[in-house]
This record gives sequence, C-alpha cells and structure tokens, in this order.
Amino acid sequence: MAILSYGKALQRALRDEMGLDDQVLVLGEDIRVGVNNVTTGLLAKFGEERVIDTPLSEQAFTSFATGLAMAGLRPVIEFQIPSLLFLVFEQIANQAHKFSLMTGGQTRIPVTYFVPGSGSKTGWAGQHSDHPYSLFAHVGVKTVVPATPSDAYGLFVTAIRDDDPVVIFAPAGALHLREDVDIASLAPVPLGVGRVHRPGDDVTVVAVGHLVQVALDAAELLADQISVEVFDPRTLHPFDWAGLAASLEKTGRLVVIDDSNRFCGLGAEVIATAAEGMRLTTPPKRVTRPDGAVLPFARDLDMALQPGSGQLINAIQEVVKAAR
Amino acid sequence: MSIDATLYRTIRLIRRFEERAIELVNTGEIVGGIHPYIGQEAIAAGVCAALRDTDIITSTHRGHGHVLAKGADPVRMLAELCGRVTGLNQGRGGSMHAADFGLGIYGANGIVGAGGAIAVGAAWAKRRQGHDTVSVSFFGDGAVNQGVLLEAFNLAALWRVPTLFICENNGYATTLTTEAAIAGSITERATAFGIPAITVDGMDAHAVLDATRTAVELARSGGGPSFVECRTYRFDAHHTWEHKARVRYRPVEEMETGRLRDPMEIQGALLDPATRAEIDAEIEELLEHAVDFARSSASPDPARAMDYLYATGPLGRDGTGLAVA
Ligand SMILES: Cc1ncc(C[n+]2csc(CCOP(=O)(O)OP(=O)(O)O)c2C)c(N)n1
Repeated sequence: MAILSYGKALQRALRDEMGLDDQVLVLGEDIRVGVNNVTTGLLAKFGEERVIDTPLSEQAFTSFATGLAMAGLRPVIEFQIPSLLFLVFEQIANQAHKFSLMTGGQTRIPVTYFVPGSGSKTGWAGQHSDHPYSLFAHVGVKTVVPATPSDAYGLFVTAIRDDDPVVIFAPAGALHLREDVDIASLAPVPLGVGRVHRPGDDVTVVAVGHLVQVALDAAELLADQISVEVFDPRTLHPFDWAGLAASLEKTGRLVVIDDSNRFCGLGAEVIATAAEGMRLTTPPKRVTRPDGAVLPFARDLDMALQPGSGQLINAIQEVVKAAR
Repeated sequence: MSIDATLYRTIRLIRRFEERAIELVNTGEIVGGIHPYIGQEAIAAGVCAALRDTDIITSTHRGHGHVLAKGADPVRMLAELCGRVTGLNQGRGGSMHAADFGLGIYGANGIVGAGGAIAVGAAWAKRRQGHDTVSVSFFGDGAVNQGVLLEAFNLAALWRVPTLFICENNGYATTLTTEAAIAGSITERATAFGIPAITVDGMDAHAVLDATRTAVELARSGGGPSFVECRTYRFDAHHTWEHKARVRYRPVEEMETGRLRDPMEIQGALLDPATRAEIDAEIEELLEHAVDFARSSASPDPARAMDYLYATGPLGRDGTGLAVA
C-alpha cells in the first residue's frame, strides 16, 4: 500500500496515458513548469511536441484541440481556472460537442478538458470560485467530478480514452485528500457508474466531488441516530440513475448536497428524476449554493454561500423526521 | 481538363447549384433557407484548385461553394440541404454544417470565425503525423472582428502552422459595411502577427489561384501561415430570408455595378464557346439528377433523431425520461 494524493493521482493518470498512447498530448497555460502540479515532469518525459505551453488564448486553443482531434490526436487541455470554461463555452458546447451529430457521425472529438481546482478556493473571490459542472451536464457534454484519489486516477484515464469530449472537474476542496491504495490496483473507472461510499438504510445522500467527504463526516456524526447511505454518482453525465434507484429502494428518502447554484443545478435534476420514477417515502431536500450565486471575497461570506455540513445535517434530520 | 475549364466548371457548378437550391427554398423543399454564395464563386474555385484531396478546409455559414469546390458530391450535398438521409451528413447538418471528412472538408460552420482555430489545429496535427497537409480556413470580412480568429492567427504564426486564411471581403457583414465595422485594414490584422498578407481580385479565379499557390508552397515548405484577402461582391441576399424581410441596405447602383464583374463570365470568356456549352450541359444534367435524387430520397427516421450525438453510442434519457442507453 502507498499513500496517493489526489494531485499525484491526476498526474499519474495523465503520465500513464501519455506513455501508453502517443496520440495523447496536453496543452494549457504554464503546464511545462506545472504550476498546478499535475503536469510536472511531463515535459522532460514526453518533449515539447506533447506538452504544449499555450499563449493565453483559451478560445483559440480549445478549438485548436478540436482540430487536433478531428485529425486523429487525443488532446487534453488543462484550464487554470474554472471560470475559463465560460470563455470557451462556445468552443466546447457549441463546436466540439455538436460536431459528431451535425456531421452525421463523420467525426469524433476525443478532447479532455481538465480543471484542477474547481469551486471555492477561499479568498479567490467572484471570478475564481465557480464550479460549473451543471452547465456542461445540461448541454450534454460528458461531465466527471472525482471525489477520491483513486477515482481521480480512474476517471481521468477513462476521460482521456473516451472518444467524445469530456470535462473533468477536480474540486479544489478535494485536492488535499490522500488515500492509502495499492498502486498496482489503480484502474479505469467507467463513466455512468456511481459509488456507494457508505451503506445506510434510512436516507440516501447524493454528494458530488469534495462534498462526498462532507457527507461522510455528517453520516458519521449522525451514526447513532440515523443510518445514512452516501451515494457519489462520480460522473454527472452520464448519471448512474440505476444506482440511485437501487439506493432509494432501500432508504426511500433523499437529500442532495450539490455545489451548484440551486436554480437548474444538478441537485434539481437528481430530485426531479427521483420524484418522477423512484421510491420516495418523504419529500426530498437539497442543499446547494443560492440561486445565481457569485461567491463573495470575505471568508465568512464565501463560506456562507457554499453548501456545508450544518445545512446537510439539518436536511437529513428533517427528511427523516418527516417520515416518522 | 485545362485549368481554365476546371475553374469555369467549378464556378458554374456552384452557381447553378445555388440557383437550384434557391428554387428549392422557394418551393419549401429546403427549409430554413440558405446563404447564397453567388458572385463569390471564383474564390472557392481558385483556392481549391491549388489544393490536394488530402488538404483540409473549414468553411462558413456561406459554405456551399467551398464544399463543392473541394470536391464534395453535389448530389449528396443537395440531398443534405433537403434534409435527406442520403445527404452528406445524413440530414443532420443541412446547409450550414455540410461536411465530408473523407475529402478534408471539416465542415461549414454556423458561428462566424469559428473555423479558424479548428483549421490551425488540424494542420498542426497532420504535420505532427508526418504529412505535408495544408489547411485552409475560409471566412468573411465580418469574422476578422471575432477574437477567437485573431487568437488563431497568433497560434498559427507562432507555431508556423501550414494554414491559409482566406478572407472573402464582400463589403458587408449581413448589412453592416466593412467601413463601419473594421478599424484599420483587414490585411493588417494578419501582418500584425507577422503573417504575410495580400489582397487580390476575388472575381478573378486566376488571381485567387496564383495567390493560393504561392501561399500553399510557403506553407508546405515550412514557412507557416499566409493570409489572402479576396475582394468580392455578393450578388444576392445575405440569406434567402432577406427577400421576405424586405430589408434594404445596399444602394441599387452599387448592386448593379457589383454584378457587372461576374466571375462566371470572366472565366467563361477564357473558354471557346463549344467547351463552355459542353460543361454547362453536363452540369445541368448533374443537377437535374441531384434534384431528382433529393426528392426521391427518404427523410431520416424521427426515432433516430439523437443518433451520432456521441461517438461512443447513445447516452442519456429522451424527453420523457426514458433511458436511451
Ligand atoms: C459569432 C457570430 N455572430 C453573429 C452571427 C450571425 N451572423 C451570421 S452570418 C453573419 C455575417 C457574417 O459576415 P461575414 O463574416 O462578412 O460573412 P458574409 O456573410 O459576408 O459572407 C452574422 C452576423 C453568427 N453566425 N456568428
């Protein structure tokens, strides 16, 4: 067994895939030096043609990658900041994502868009604290948010091997995580398969990314009163609806904790789908950022808008109480 | 076929294809309308005559000419415009997305300026794979005000990517004149990045061909990108909807003088009348067949409307929540 950090897991995934397939290359800002630590060492190993420092031209290099993919390469792009995805929404949602359908299946766009450090990093204020996974799931781009180091490894590998565009968000709040794992057992994690981190009988908590840890802590705290099942979908599109339904068959109660804005966020989708066709014995609840939130700078304000453990515990207790 | 005949044939094919397409818009057989390329055909003909089959183009909302000149089958192309399953894109793309990847046609594109960076990436990838492929990005004068295109100029120049930027300056972006839209000059947008740029007469297929040949040679020999501004005039509406909307923005005299220099006549005058008549007849027959083919082709099955969204197969739920995968 070895201690694997979340960051090292990402680095290892990218290095392994570049080693296996010479069509894989990575581009982004300051990646040769590796200011986000994920691409550290890749330049020495793979050379300048496969580790490309780009000018600050997000829109151009995102569509440049689309062109690379059309011509047969498998680019990975590192985005320095999550909100840069707003800059390139055209290039991902409107170009890369649509090309396969619009051309009647003539081309595939195997690009991986990778965001190391999504969501609040505390003190980075309004334009650096977004966690825009719901947007990409909404438009239908394959969207991945790993919660643990081994899932970060396995999902990143899968994203790179996938023949479609995939956005992978590494939440800032998960980057410090470490896991005791057998390195040899690291393996690809398929898209669309969730993970039950903790089994329980009374209520299902759906948590994504760094919030899985928050949910596990809450479950532990409540353990002597309420049996909480923590379900992590791992990929948001495709979503493991069957996994969620199986969990609700057992618990019949649902709470979602989701670091999206409430309106049209992932939490809304999970609850709507559960309400339409899954077993619910009491009304579900979700804990999210407020509608249309922009995270303010001051630490207390920033924290106030993020879904946290206090709200989650309340929500769990209310959902369980309503049934009794 | 002589180069004169080839250029004429391409221009004539695009012209008649578009005229037939406009008829089909008027009869409702092409829904949504088209952006006619009539008047600008010498550019597509001249540029594509300098390219190989393996070279790559990215095109625009006004893309029929580029796609046809690069060699796409006019029959399947017309079927695509009619939304038929036999179309180039199986009826999934229509006029603004016609593509044929087998011929290096990486798609018309409905977003102004969007094809530039894609073309740069494609050419970079081909070079890395050891090919001497050149890519061409066509765009209008309106596109040079798109930030992403300017970013693409920088990448292409910086990395000496074998890409040609072909600007079709027809004087208007929809209704806005170039004078009202562009500070400085169009070619200066390119020279600012160290990209060699020239302006040519876009009504003269030979002028376009010559400029393109020089640029292609430079690109293939490792000299990086070039920029060619082709001065042209759009004879028809920005889009077929314009006739219904009855918008007026071009002076009548300007339209009349603009149409005097017709690239089809300029190129046609270089042929002997018999050759010209032969080409004309061949194209009429081809397009007659194309219209019949489109009309008799099946429409795509609505149950297959989500096909091809993902390269890896169906994914997600339909609009009623049922799983498709
Ligand atoms: C980025 C973007 N903005 C606006 C539009 C709507 N639109 C379609 S064509 C067009 C004019 C484009 O002008 P130009 O690039 O000069 O090409 P032309 O139509 O003259 O061939 C506009 C504004 C669009 N498709 N994409």
